[in-house]
Amino acid sequence: MGGKMRFLLLFSRQGKLRLQKWFTPLTDREKKKVIRDMMMMVLARPPRTCNFLQWRDLKIVYKRYASLYFCTGLEDQDNELLTLEVLHRYVELLDKYFGNVCELDIIFNFEKAYFILDEFLMGGEILETSRMAVAGSLEEADTLQEVKDQTVYYSVPQY
Amino acid sequence: MSPSVPLQEMIRAIRSARTQCEERGVIQRECAAIRAQFRQADNEGRSHNLAKLLYVHMLGYPAHFGQMECVRMIASPRYSEKRVGYLGAMMLLDEKQDASLLITNSIKNDLSHSSQFVQSLALCTLACMGSAEMCRDLAPEIDKLLRSSNSYIKKKAALCAVHIVRKVNELGELFAPAARSLLSEKNHGVLHGAVVLITELCERSPETLERFRKSVPELVHIMKGLVLSGYSPEHDVAGISDPFLQVRILRLLRILGHNNEVASDAMNDLLAQVATNTDSTKTAGNAVLYETVLTVLDIKSESGLRVLAVNILGRFLLNNDRNIRYIAMTSLQKIVGTDHIAVQRHRGTIVDCLKDPDASVKRRALELSLALVSASNIRSMMKELLNFLSTCPLELRAQAASGIFAAAERYSPSQRWHIDTILHVLTTAGGDVRDETVPNLIQLITTASELHCYTVHKLYRALLQDISQQPLVQVACWCIGEYGDLLLKGDCQEIEPVQVNENDVLDALETVLQSHMSSPTTRGFALTATMKLSTRITENVDRIRSIVSIYGSCIDLELQQRAVEYNALFKKYDHMRAAVLERMPIMEKNSTGQTNGETTGELVKEVQPVKVIQGQPPTQPPASQVCDLLDLLGDSNDSGKPSSSSAQSSNNTSSPGGDLLDLLGGLDLMPPTPVPTIPVYEKNGVNLTLSCQKQSETSLIVTLTASNSTDADITTFTLQAAVPKSVQLLMKAPSGDHLPACGTVKVTQVVVLNNPNKVNLKMRIRVSFTSQGVAFQDTVQVDSLPECR
Repeated sequence: MGGKMRFLLLFSRQGKLRLQKWFTPLTDREKKKVIRDMMMMVLARPPRTCNFLQWRDLKIVYKRYASLYFCTGLEDQDNELLTLEVLHRYVELLDKYFGNVCELDIIFNFEKAYFILDEFLMGGEILETSRMAVAGSLEEADTLQEVKDQTVYYSVPQY
Repeated sequence: MSPSVPLQEMIRAIRSARTQCEERGVIQRECAAIRAQFRQADNEGRSHNLAKLLYVHMLGYPAHFGQMECVRMIASPRYSEKRVGYLGAMMLLDEKQDASLLITNSIKNDLSHSSQFVQSLALCTLACMGSAEMCRDLAPEIDKLLRSSNSYIKKKAALCAVHIVRKVNELGELFAPAARSLLSEKNHGVLHGAVVLITELCERSPETLERFRKSVPELVHIMKGLVLSGYSPEHDVAGISDPFLQVRILRLLRILGHNNEVASDAMNDLLAQVATNTDSTKTAGNAVLYETVLTVLDIKSESGLRVLAVNILGRFLLNNDRNIRYIAMTSLQKIVGTDHIAVQRHRGTIVDCLKDPDASVKRRALELSLALVSASNIRSMMKELLNFLSTCPLELRAQAASGIFAAAERYSPSQRWHIDTILHVLTTAGGDVRDETVPNLIQLITTASELHCYTVHKLYRALLQDISQQPLVQVACWCIGEYGDLLLKGDCQEIEPVQVNENDVLDALETVLQSHMSSPTTRGFALTATMKLSTRITENVDRIRSIVSIYGSCIDLELQQRAVEYNALFKKYDHMRAAVLERMPIMEKNSTGQTNGETTGELVKEVQPVKVIQGQPPTQPPASQVCDLLDLLGDSNDSGKPSSSSAQSSNNTSSPGGDLLDLLGGLDLMPPTPVPTIPVYEKNGVNLTLSCQKQSETSLIVTLTASNSTDADITTFTLQAAVPKSVQLLMKAPSGDHLPACGTVKVTQVVVLNNPNKVNLKMRIRVSFTSQGVAFQDTVQVDSLPECR
């Protein structure tokens, strides 16, 4: 069955990992191998080459934004061109949230980068296609978090 | 206890560490503090601590001690703590950890929480790391949420359902009705989720697929709405309205229309519309066009639409954007079998892409070019491919070389062209060709009898130029040895005549023998070639004699053995030398039967046994000739052949011809390492030894070898074997039943054992024979077979 992303990695030119999202269960060892291989392959690419690579049975789509590489592995059925748009959309969302996002923002606020990602993608698929909708939900969730007093919302008891 | 530093200060501290060691120190201190904080019951900074741990985890340090804290945080009533707790769960827990089960209950509670953001956390986490068990447990809850009135929840529930279905196939049935009704949603997020869910359900269940075919008109309608709608700021990407949704709908249509006339008809117009109206200047538009093309090519579309699709791919091939060219070639590769003529029209552009500096593009172009080679374009295509071979990146050379060989084999306009092509590849990329190339080329050369003279001249000249490419050198040596007389005669129509004298030829061979660049196999070829020349030249036979005797003390076991045997040929068996070294007959080849459209051209993987048609006199020298062939064919690793196997092969020349082939086939399977033999029976003049070789985890080949130590012949020699019940036994035909006196010839019996239960292998062997008119029968038990590798 095809059609979803297997993982999304963000890493710097120096090979520092800034974000890792896994959409399939892998052991720690397997994850480390993937990270190593991706960094090796992607960082070796000269500029102005195409953004697609083949690795094992996956298609790898990567794009460089300033000092960060966004790299994802797709299954066979996936549309590589659309994935470029997905990566771009994520960058746009980060940019909107942080205001002129740069690598440092993602380093010092990594948990926010994950929260943003989780409003945009889920289970390796696109969750929300509207920029405004994602931005809106994030704002609401952040407000909820900041509410001092931490008003307790009573959950409905389940038996 | 040192107070814990807020997250960002910790990050700063880690980043300012100047060495790895310093960093480790900072992290160790921080982790200790975090651990201490975890142990404290109630704590304001809990979410900060966990966040710090997650950061440390991302740097690659162990963080499993945080797993229980995640479980606790998820159960907290505070949203900020839940948020970080769930994030921690997604990062530190996966379905393989036991701790993940502990959060099932929290997730269940949170799925029905009054705040949609808490529900969302639970949905997200379940979709990220939910195990099959958790999915089964919570599926009904998700189904309920699919019917909620809240779009935010619905879209998340849809993707959560997708995850559940991927984990537990049968639950697809549960979600089908809800998925159907979601198609009438206006909210793009929900609609997108619905389409993804329906796609997943249809891919997994043919019945569900059948049912959802009825939704094709609805999907077409939605798609039309997107394509024709005006500018919508919320969904616009470079002039395309929600390309993400469009692509998913197109993919679903592809699945629904595949192999179904009715469904394909219903979407025909829409696809034509999208194909012609979508703006192709930006990536978003091209992504939609790409998906449209893939759909058109995969359903039962009208021929006109199909042509349109292929033309779009053709346009893509000319696009400046490398990405577009790359995916165009990927798609063309998929249809090169079915729409061969259409793709052929773009051959020129594709071949040009061979020269693209981008390695990814080159790779695609190579695969596609090889697929496009045909009888009519073979000459021009081969020129391009050979050109490519000389300049292509190293990682593509092996593929290119084998593709060229396959193409040449299928479409050669003439034998000379074929030989020339192979020689060209060997001179350009000799190091990257597969091992079978050498025997394959030799076989090809023998069949082209009119070209022997031409070939040997060409190879000789290539050899003089460069002796570093091993496959080339090996073939050259073989030819010089075989056709040396033609080389020396000098006259050849196809090539400019050059006078070659005997000493030159011997010099060339000796250079190969002595060069440090020559592999042991190559040196073996050279030595044999030198030997063969002894019957093809007239004046310098003594030189050959001295070369051969020098190598009789060579340190390489293989060469030494050959030299000794050739020496013996000179000394003791000189009367047979001419017959032994005469011209080889044409070798027959088992055809690989390559199928249409096969681009990578799988060459003969296993080396085919050679049918040696000439008679085999049952003495030592022919055995060495047989050994030669075996080396030629089977010994791709350079380990020396142990003497035991040569003894075996010589024994087998006394048996009917069919066995020889069996032996060669068998030797292909076995790695040429010395096998331990144990004596099993030594009585009445019969010496029986046993050796084993492991074929796989459960199968074993046992070889029994018998010889006669008496002065009288032994006849009617037979062996029978019995093994434990669960073991399967297959006895092959013995090499003979006659054991001549004084052990000059041995009899071998091969027994194949299959031991699926892996029981302790015992064997009982019954030996029966007649010696000097007396019948003997005896039984011996072998309690354990020797250690086999």
